[in-house]
Amino acid sequence: MSSVPAAKVGALRRLRNSPGARRLFFFVVLLALWEGLFRLRLWPEYLFPAPSEVVTTLARGFVDRTFPIGVLGSVRRLIEGYALALFIGISLGLLMGQLRWLKETLGLLVLGLQTLPSICWLPLAILWFGLNERAILFVVVMGAMLSIAQATEDGVRNTPPLYLRAARNLGAHGWRLYVSVILPAALPSIVVGMKLGWSFAWRSLMAGELLYALPGLGNLLMMGRELNDMSQVVAVMVVIIALGLLTDRLIFSALENRIRERWGLLQQ
Amino acid sequence: MNLELRGVRKVHHGRGGAVTALENIDLRVGSGEFVCLVGPSGCGKTTLLNLLAGLESPSEGEVYADDKIVCGPDPSRVLIFQEAALFPWLTVQANVEFGLKMNGASPQTAECQAERLLRIAHLDQFSRAWVHELSGGMKQRLALARALAVEPAVLLMDEPFGALDAITRDLLHRELQELWMKTGKTVVFVTHNVREAVVLGDRVLVMSPRPGRLVAEHCVDLPRPRQIEDVGTVNLARRILADLHLKEEAHVLRASR
Repeated sequence: MSSVPAAKVGALRRLRNSPGARRLFFFVVLLALWEGLFRLRLWPEYLFPAPSEVVTTLARGFVDRTFPIGVLGSVRRLIEGYALALFIGISLGLLMGQLRWLKETLGLLVLGLQTLPSICWLPLAILWFGLNERAILFVVVMGAMLSIAQATEDGVRNTPPLYLRAARNLGAHGWRLYVSVILPAALPSIVVGMKLGWSFAWRSLMAGELLYALPGLGNLLMMGRELNDMSQVVAVMVVIIALGLLTDRLIFSALENRIRERWGLLQQ
Repeated sequence: MNLELRGVRKVHHGRGGAVTALENIDLRVGSGEFVCLVGPSGCGKTTLLNLLAGLESPSEGEVYADDKIVCGPDPSRVLIFQEAALFPWLTVQANVEFGLKMNGASPQTAECQAERLLRIAHLDQFSRAWVHELSGGMKQRLALARALAVEPAVLLMDEPFGALDAITRDLLHRELQELWMKTGKTVVFVTHNVREAVVLGDRVLVMSPRPGRLVAEHCVDLPRPRQIEDVGTVNLARRILADLHLKEEAHVLRASR
């Protein structure tokens, strides 16, 4: 007789313990709070839009295709810059990891330049390339490349000596040792650098697009400001956050989990 | 393949200054012989194996393999590490294939060889597993299979069973003896466990600590395969242990004087 309520309690507990349900609950409460604040009318509507208004703007943006065009423009730029940064950063990191003199000289420069917020490259880039896409691309590459190079070098340098000795003992040397031992041993560190580089690239790109009108998300943000349209500003911010979350979940977290699983670092 | 160390001395230069790890080492290991080195930790056993493997070079003296001077690592002399040193980014089978591929075997040959060795090592069901999914004993078996894949003439083993439970260790002792009797490889086996040395070795060499010297030699004339609880094994181990303690006391006395 008591089995029915027990089952109900069990189902409730399962629901409470599921991360999906908890997340849903959190965001529903957040939206409700937002709507509540809006209804108090503490601020004028053009400074503090209702969530429903933001949702409408989002929908309109996707229907009239300004948002998809902006997303595509930004993502294309991002991928171009990131691919270039990956190539240069990993090559540089591998070289610095292998050649001590390069680490001592160029390594210091990389470390120093990394402290420079990447948008500080924009004035230089505009003088070099003019007011165009290439200037933005340059800023993105400079933003992402250094942390990728640093992490790669770290990974190479921290290859456990035991692996190297075992591999050399089994007859590995030269480039084969590099490709089949040093590179895979450094992979976890390289992936950390890739993730870091991706977020730096994303930030640099947004900063660049804010300062310079190109079809892209940064530009849509600025347009919202110029039109005094707060709901557009917030809607674009939501799109930017969603894109960031999506790439992290779909690409980088997946990659990291795979490596952890392989290496046996996954927590049970 | 025979091995020889002539007048070898090895000094490590570390943060705390120079430490003499080995001094006055003269040792000849005949082809197909199974030699065990015992001694307290820090007596330079591992250094001696590294010298034989060619992973380190002596500060003085020479190391020979088949009467030729050793000047670097070579797949004919494979070292098996205490920590197994398997590659976590490769599957069990790919670990075995590693050495073969490094030495220019085709993928098909490597695969075929690896499958054969995994069967011998009783790991054929785990060929697709990752290294971390294996138990300690399986890891050491895999390390052995990976080493055997490159068909070495010499196996250099550095306390490979030190971290295993007694049951697994006994099993691996038997398997290693069987393997050695079948293949006739030269083996230099380092351990701090005297009984293990007596079970496995034709000869047991005793080393003294800091600097490591060879201080005693015992021949083991017991029938094989031996087991760790055999009366002969136990008796001989007791004699060697007594010898070891005597040497250590003398060492302490000398040091305190």
